[in-house]
Amino acid sequence: MQKQLTLLLIILTFNFTFSQDYFPTNDGIKFDNTNYTTFTNAKIYSSHNSIIENGTMVVRDGKIIDIGKSVEIPKNSTIIDLEGKSIYPSFIDIYSKFGVKAPERKSGGRRTPQYNNTRKGYYWNDHIRPEQNAIEFFKYDDRKAKELIKNGFGAVNTHLSDGIIRGKGALIALTNSGDSNNIIDDNSTQYLSLSKSVTSSQSYPSSIMGVFALLKQVYFDAEWYSKGLSKTNDKSLEALNENKNLIQIFEAKNKINSLRIDKIGDEFDIQYVLLGGGDEYERIDEIKATNASYILPVNFPDAYDVEDTYSANILQLSDMREWNQRPTNPSHLEKNSIEFAITLDGLKSPNSLKGNIIKAIDHGLTKEKALEALTSIPAKLIGRNDVLGYLKKDYLANFLITSGEIFDNNTVIYENWVKGNRNIINSMEIKDIRGKYKLTVSDKSTVLDISGKLEKPKAKLKDSTLTVKKLSYKGGWLNMTVNDDSEFIRISLRVNKENNNLNGKAYYSDGSVSNLNVDFFEKQINDTKKPKEKSKKEKNIVSVTYPNMAYGFSELQESQDILIKNTTVWTNENQGVLKNTDVLITKGKISKVGINLKHKSALIIDGTGKHLTSGIIDEHSHIAASSINEGGHNSSAEVTIEEVIDPEDINIYRNLAGGVTTIQILHGSANPIGGRSAIIKLKWGENANNLIFKNSPKFIKFALGENVKQSNWQSYNRFPQSRMGVEQLYVDYFTRAKEYDLIKKSGNVYRKDLELEVLAEILNKERFISCHSYVQSEINMLMKVAEKFSFKINTFTHILEGYKVADKMKEHGAGASTFSDWWAYKFEVNDAIPYNASILHNAGVTTAINSDDAEMSRRLNQEAAKTIKYGGLSEEDAWKTVTLNPAKLLRIDDKVGSIKVGKDADVVLWNQNPLSVYALAEKTIIDGAIYFDIERDEKLRKEIKEERNLLINMMMEEKNKGGNTQAVKRKFKKLLTCESI
Amino acid sequence: MKKLANILIAVTFISTQLYAQQTPGNVQKEAITLLGGIAHIGNGTIIKNSAIVFEDGIIKACVDADKSKIAYKGEIINIKGQHVYPGFIAANTSLGLVEVDAVRASDDKEEIGENNPNINSLIAYNAESKVVESMRPNGVLIAQVSPGGGRISGASSIVQLDAWNWEDATIKTNDGIHLNWPNSFSRGRWWLGESRGFKQNPKYNNEIDELTDYFEESVTYLGGNKTMKNLAFEAMSGLFNNSQSLFIHVEDEKGIIDAVNFSNNFNIANVVIVGGYQAHLVTDFLINNNVSVLLQHTHSLPNFEDEDYDFTFKNPKKLLDAGVLVGIHTGDAANFQTRNLPFYAGQVAAQGVEKEIALQLITYNTAKILRIEDKLGTLEAGKDATLFVSKGDALDMKTNHLTSAFISGRKISLETHQTELWKRYSKKYQSTN
Repeated sequence: MQKQLTLLLIILTFNFTFSQDYFPTNDGIKFDNTNYTTFTNAKIYSSHNSIIENGTMVVRDGKIIDIGKSVEIPKNSTIIDLEGKSIYPSFIDIYSKFGVKAPERKSGGRRTPQYNNTRKGYYWNDHIRPEQNAIEFFKYDDRKAKELIKNGFGAVNTHLSDGIIRGKGALIALTNSGDSNNIIDDNSTQYLSLSKSVTSSQSYPSSIMGVFALLKQVYFDAEWYSKGLSKTNDKSLEALNENKNLIQIFEAKNKINSLRIDKIGDEFDIQYVLLGGGDEYERIDEIKATNASYILPVNFPDAYDVEDTYSANILQLSDMREWNQRPTNPSHLEKNSIEFAITLDGLKSPNSLKGNIIKAIDHGLTKEKALEALTSIPAKLIGRNDVLGYLKKDYLANFLITSGEIFDNNTVIYENWVKGNRNIINSMEIKDIRGKYKLTVSDKSTVLDISGKLEKPKAKLKDSTLTVKKLSYKGGWLNMTVNDDSEFIRISLRVNKENNNLNGKAYYSDGSVSNLNVDFFEKQINDTKKPKEKSKKEKNIVSVTYPNMAYGFSELQESQDILIKNTTVWTNENQGVLKNTDVLITKGKISKVGINLKHKSALIIDGTGKHLTSGIIDEHSHIAASSINEGGHNSSAEVTIEEVIDPEDINIYRNLAGGVTTIQILHGSANPIGGRSAIIKLKWGENANNLIFKNSPKFIKFALGENVKQSNWQSYNRFPQSRMGVEQLYVDYFTRAKEYDLIKKSGNVYRKDLELEVLAEILNKERFISCHSYVQSEINMLMKVAEKFSFKINTFTHILEGYKVADKMKEHGAGASTFSDWWAYKFEVNDAIPYNASILHNAGVTTAINSDDAEMSRRLNQEAAKTIKYGGLSEEDAWKTVTLNPAKLLRIDDKVGSIKVGKDADVVLWNQNPLSVYALAEKTIIDGAIYFDIERDEKLRKEIKEERNLLINMMMEEKNKGGNTQAVKRKFKKLLTCESI
Repeated sequence: MKKLANILIAVTFISTQLYAQQTPGNVQKEAITLLGGIAHIGNGTIIKNSAIVFEDGIIKACVDADKSKIAYKGEIINIKGQHVYPGFIAANTSLGLVEVDAVRASDDKEEIGENNPNINSLIAYNAESKVVESMRPNGVLIAQVSPGGGRISGASSIVQLDAWNWEDATIKTNDGIHLNWPNSFSRGRWWLGESRGFKQNPKYNNEIDELTDYFEESVTYLGGNKTMKNLAFEAMSGLFNNSQSLFIHVEDEKGIIDAVNFSNNFNIANVVIVGGYQAHLVTDFLINNNVSVLLQHTHSLPNFEDEDYDFTFKNPKKLLDAGVLVGIHTGDAANFQTRNLPFYAGQVAAQGVEKEIALQLITYNTAKILRIEDKLGTLEAGKDATLFVSKGDALDMKTNHLTSAFISGRKISLETHQTELWKRYSKKYQSTN
C-alpha cells in the first residue's frame, strides 16, 4: 500500500482553472485563459476503429477544438510534439462508486424483526430510494481519483450503492477544480440492485423473489401515483416518476439474475443496462436474447493453490472452470455481438485493470473491442456519447498520451488529460537509458547492464563480485548502491541530453569519493518478444457444459423416437401392470403401448427383465430454487418461485437419477399465505424458463401451525402468534381480496395490488392452494374458511394428522400430499403416523407421498413402498402415490402421471420392481429426451475425474510460473427446506 | 372398503385400551422353537430352512432343519417362508435423549463445555420414549445412545429397546467416549461479511494441540496419587486401560489420518471412526491400524456436487470391498429416522453387495465395533435370543413386516402409539361407512 501511495504522489496535475464566468474571484485577478494547446505528430485513436496517423489535435477550455490530419494550428498555441506517441480517448467507468460513500450497516442487529418502515413521506418500503441523488452525497476523492487517472480513466458515472432502487447517478470528470466544473451530468442514469438498504432493518423483502415482487409493485404504484390517485404525497414515487426516462442500470452480478431482471423489465417496457458477473458465456444465447447491454467486470479469478492435496479435494469442478474459462467471457460477448462496457467494479484496485484486459485479449477479445468497451460504449450506455468516448471536435478533452498501443504490456501512459487538465503519470521527457555501459570502479572494469521498464529500470553488473542493491531513476539522475562482501559504494550518475554516457561520482564506504564515467556501448535489445510468443500459445480452455458444472451435458438433450421393448409396464391405468409389453415414444409423447411394436428409426431399448413406469412427481420440493421463503411479511402472495428457479442445482440431476421427472417447487412455510409455486420438469441443462411445465396450473403455498406462528424461534412481534390469529388473517385477506376484485371488475379506477390480485385468483378458482398443515384443528379450520368464500383447498401438504379428518377432507374435496414416515421433529407432529397415507387413501382422498427434502426426493420410489408396509396398500396403489396421484393434485394428470397414449413421454426404466429398495433407475426420459442414463453417468464420472486432474495440473503450473493463487475454498449452496429463511 | 376390512381383520388386536407406552415383555419362561424360517445369521450366511431354539433368553441352537436333528423344545412356532434376523443394532443414536427435536425441554443430547468425558448418556435415557418404541416394529432392537456437543462429548452406553427404565435397558454401560475431531475446514463467518463457503480452518493445528494437552494431562493425572479427585480425568481411564473405545467423529481424509495417529500416540487400542465420509481413501491405513468405521447412514446426499450421485449409497461397499470392519451409524439423522436402519443396509445391497453381507452392516459388524459381539449381532448358539421374524426381506421397505420379535427371549410388543392411532381411526371410518 505504501508503495502504491508513493507512486500516486508523483502524478503531477496542472489545473488551468476555467472558472465559471459568473463566479466571483477572491484569490487573484480574474482572467480567461484563451490559449490553445496543440498536439502534433501523434497517432490519434479518435475512436476504437478510427486512427489518424500523424494527427493534430487542438484543445482549449477543456474541449477539443479541432482534430485531424491537417489542422490549422492557432497562433496562441502551446505545441506538444508527440512524435512516436499515441493519443487515446480516456476510459470511462459507468459502474462506479467514486466519491459517494455508501452508508454503513449499524452494528448490533435488532433481536426482533422490524416490519414497518422508518421514513415519513416516502414509499412504504425503506429499500426503495429513487429520491437519492448521488451528487448530493458526492465528495471528490483525491486519492481514488489519482489511482483512476493513473490507470487511464477520465470520467466515471458514480452512484450511491445503497438500496434496491438507488436513485440518480452522476457523471464526473476526474478533475478537481474546486467548483462544479467536474460534474458532466447528474441527470442521466438511475441505479438499481437486488440488495436492500443498510440504513433500515425493515424485513421486507427478505428474498430475491420478494425484491422482484416489490419492484413490480413500485412500478404499478408509480403509475397509479402519476395519475394523481394517491391521497398522500410520496417523495419516492415522485422521484421514480421523474427518473422514469433515465437510463436504468441494474446490478445483476450473475447471468441467472441478469435473465431474471431482464424479464421484469420486459413486463414494464424497461430495458435495463445490466451489471454482469463475468459468467455470461455460460448462457450466451439467453444473454443475447435479453437485448440488454452489459457492464462487465474483468475480475478473473486467480488459480487455486492446490499444493495441499487434501484441501484441493474440496474444490469443485465449477470453481476450477471459472478460473480457466472466465477470461474468455468478454470475447464470447464480442463474438455474439452483445454490447458491453468494462467496469472496474469487482477489481481490488484499478491497477489490475490492464493486466486483466490483456488476459482477456489473450483469450480472444480484440483490442478494438477492449478499447471500445472502455470508451465509446460506456459513453453511449449512459447516453453521453455526445461529449465523451471519442476524440472529436467539440468533445471533452479527455484523452491519454501513451508510448504505444494502449493494451501492450510495455506501453506506458505518459499523460492523462481530463477536461483539458493535464496529469503527468510518466514524464515524456524521460530518456531511455536502457543498454550496456562500461563502468570502472575501484580500478575494476565491468559491464553495467540496464534493462527493465523505461521509467523504472533495473541494473546488473556483469562478471563482478559487486551487485547492484538499490537503484532509482528520476529527474535525470540515476542513483544506485552496489556492494560486495567487503564494501558498498554509492553511485550518483547524471543522464546527459547530448550523448548516451553517464557521469557522476562514486562514494566508497571508507569515505573516499571518485569521479565516475560510464560509457554507453550497446543499446538494449528489446526483450519484449518472449511474452508475446507465450501469448500466442493455444490457450487450453475446457468446454462449457449445460449447466457449466459437474454432470453438465455438452449439448442440450433433445427428444428422440424411442421404442422400449419387452418390458414390464406400470401403466397406472385400468390395464394395470402389463408384462412383456412395448412402449413407443415419438415426438416427445407416448404414441403406442402394445406388443411387437415396430418403428423404423426409433432408438431401441431392450427392457427385458426391467420395469417401465411413468416418471415420479414430487408435489413438495424445494430444490432448484434460489430462495424459498419471503419471510418479510405474513402474507407473500405477490412473490413467485417461477422467478427464482435455479437451473444449476446438482439436485436436479440427482433427482433424475432417482426417477423424478416433475416437481412442484413450493414456497416455504414461513407465512400463512406463502408465495406462488413453480411446477417444473427436470430438464437438466435447460434454462429456468424452459424448465417450467408448459401451461402449468397456478398454485400457491399456504401454511399453518408452528412455523407461521413462529413458535420455534424467538419472535414475538408478528401476527399471528396463535392458530386463532391464523384463521383471522385468512378471513381478513380474503375479505379484502373479494372487495378488491369487485372494484376491479366494476371498471372503476383502482390501485393495482399484486398480492390481492393473486388472492382474487384463488377466489375466482383460477389458482389452487397447497397448504402446509399438521394438526386436525387447523386443517378443519382452513376448509371452513375456504367454504365461507366458496372455494376449495386443493391440496393439504404434509397433512400429518389428515387421517383424523379424512372424512371431512373427502367431503370438502381436498387431496393429501404427505410424508411416508416423518414425525417427532416438532411438537405438532406428535400424532403423525406412517399409516396416514393408507388411511387417507382408503377413505377416498387422493393421496400422494412427497419429499420436502433434496435427499428423500431421489428415493420417492422407496417412500411409496412404505405405504405397503404401513397400512397395506397394493403395489399399484403404492406406486400411484408418487406418480398419478401427485399429477392429479397438481392438475397435470391429463399430461403426465401414467403411461397412456398421448401423454408426455416422461418415463423411467428401472432394473427391477421400482418399489424395492434394490431398484435403480437406469434411464429417465422427459418429453422423449433421455436426461438420465446410468451408462452415460459412468462416462460423465470418468470425464469429471479427468478434467479435475487436468485443471489441477494447470493450476499447479500457474503457481510454479509465479502466477497469483488463492486459497482453496468451496462455495456454499444452502439446501433449502420449508423453513429456510 | 373391502380392502380396509381385510387389513383390519389381519391385525390382531392385542389391547382394546390405549396405553401411553407399551408394556415391556415378560421374562422368557418357556423355551421357544422357531421352525422353518429363512435364517439370516448376520455373519454373512443364511439357512433356508432353519430351526432356532432359545431358552432362558439364550439361543441354544440355530441349525439347518434339513440337516441337523435337534430337540425342538417348548413352544414350537412354525414360521415357514418367513425370515428371521438377529435384532438390528443402531449405533451412535440419540434415542431416548431427544423426544421432539424442536422442543428444547425434551432435548437432553448435549452438555455445554469443551471436554466432558465424565458425562454419561445412560442415566438420561428415556426407556419409555415414544420414539424408542417405534423402532421395534422395524426390527431395530438394540441401540448405542451417544451424547453430543463439545470436543469430548462424554460416554455412550448400549441399551435394548424394550425396558421399564434405563437400568433395565442396559446392555453395556459407558462403552466408549465420543470425541469430535477438529474440522480441517470451517465455514466462513458470514455475519462478519466473510463468504459462506468452506475454507481451511486456520485453527486446526491449535485445536489438535489443545486436545493433545488434554489427553496428556489425563495420563499424568491417572499416573499420579490423585490426592484431589478430578472427575473428568478419572473418566478418561477406560480409554487407556482398553475397557472403553474411543469413538472419533471425523469425516475428512486428513482428519482421519491425524485422528488415528493421535490415538496411537496415546496407545488407545479400540478406535472407531464415526462418520468417515472419506475413509474409503485410506482403507489400507485403517486396516493396518486396526481401526473400524461407522459410516453415516446411506440416505444422505453427497457432500460435493462433483461426486457420484450414489456416493453415499456406495460408500459402505467401498470399505467392505477393501476389508475394513464397517457398520452404519444413524447419528446425523433425526432420531425418529433410526427405524429406517434396515433400509440403509438395503440401499447398500442395491449397489451390488450381497444381501447377507449388507446385513452385517447393521448386525455382526456393528456388534463387533461396539464390542458386544459375544452376546449380540448373530443368530448363533450361546448368544442372546434377541431376534425377530419378518414376513419378507427385512432390508426392503416393501417387504419388511414383523410378525414377532424377542429381546433376550422376551416376546416384545410390536404395537406403538402409532399403531394404536392407526387402528383407532381406521375403526372410526369403518364404523361410519
